[in-house]
Amino acid sequence: MAFVDFASREIHCKIVYYGPGLGGKTKNLQVLHARTCPSRRGQLLSLATETERTLFFDFLPLDVGSLKGFRTRLHLYSVPGQVFYDAARRALLAGVDGIVFVADSQAARLPANVESIRNLEKNLRHAGYDLGTIPYVLQLNKRDLPSAMPAGELARHLSIKGEPTLEAAAATGAGVFETLKAIAREVLLDLRRRR
Amino acid sequence: MSPADLVLFEEDFRRLQQVLRKLRVESDASVVLLVDKNGQRIASVGDVDALDMTALASLTAGNVAATDGLARVLGEREFSVLLHEGEKENIHVSIVARRVILVVIFSDRSSLGLVRLRVRQAAAELDVTFREVAERMEREPVLHSGIEPLLAEITDEDIDRLFSE
Repeated sequence: MAFVDFASREIHCKIVYYGPGLGGKTKNLQVLHARTCPSRRGQLLSLATETERTLFFDFLPLDVGSLKGFRTRLHLYSVPGQVFYDAARRALLAGVDGIVFVADSQAARLPANVESIRNLEKNLRHAGYDLGTIPYVLQLNKRDLPSAMPAGELARHLSIKGEPTLEAAAATGAGVFETLKAIAREVLLDLRRRR
Repeated sequence: MSPADLVLFEEDFRRLQQVLRKLRVESDASVVLLVDKNGQRIASVGDVDALDMTALASLTAGNVAATDGLARVLGEREFSVLLHEGEKENIHVSIVARRVILVVIFSDRSSLGLVRLRVRQAAAELDVTFREVAERMEREPVLHSGIEPLLAEITDEDIDRLFSE
């Protein structure tokens, strides 16, 4: 649940990047960190293994501007994608306001994408949320790879509720900010709806 | 409002700050911090400018979540205290009122025994405050709608303007 601090006039929202292993979740956060003015971002924390695979989470706090006089701060987390880190993924969904699902566009990764969405649905339910109603954006990542499936076909396989769907190539930075804007919009509209 | 939501009024916030301030002085700590289990900082006192408090809050919550997982593996309800000992600085982490994390950062000027004792006393006071907040939220849910006018006024244009500053 978003946290509104009237004392310091700030709104804090928690957004989680979810998806299969090696899909580019951490890369999304690295691009956002590298391309945001230092005064608008905090430290990028990565709890990773020695081979730079996310072990627990990555965390990046971003200040995206002012909303009705309240500074809007997004707390971005990315979960470890590897199947056996399920406990870590569950822990990170506590208090989540919105989800970005980072899909790997390569045809060979389609089963991993599908399995990860199922896993997300199960873990959200476990944390008391419903994938059908929570703010959610689908990012089709790795569009720059020759082995990428056609975007329309991939979206047909992965789309679950007509969610905003964006194409991206996090390795080059394409589509990364657009994805963040899309999820921020979904989260804030949801806050207004739920008031 | 979901059952996990917590609405604190300024008066509640002041009471929490007061307990934290007292704890910091009595335990000779450098920083005392309250964080919710989602990683959101609720209140803090001490040398807060010397540390990245956002990172501290998020990592502490992650640490507690991992420890909760360990507790479940062993069939425990929770491990209510965590201690990290460094060469100069130490961190004492405890769960208060089952939902909030109390973090005390102290150096070798203080001692673990003193911190434990003072944390126990402060936890009892924080427990009372959070219980009263929970009871009030149940009794007077209407009072807790202070956020509504702000959210109702958010327009599509406001959202579009974000990221453009």
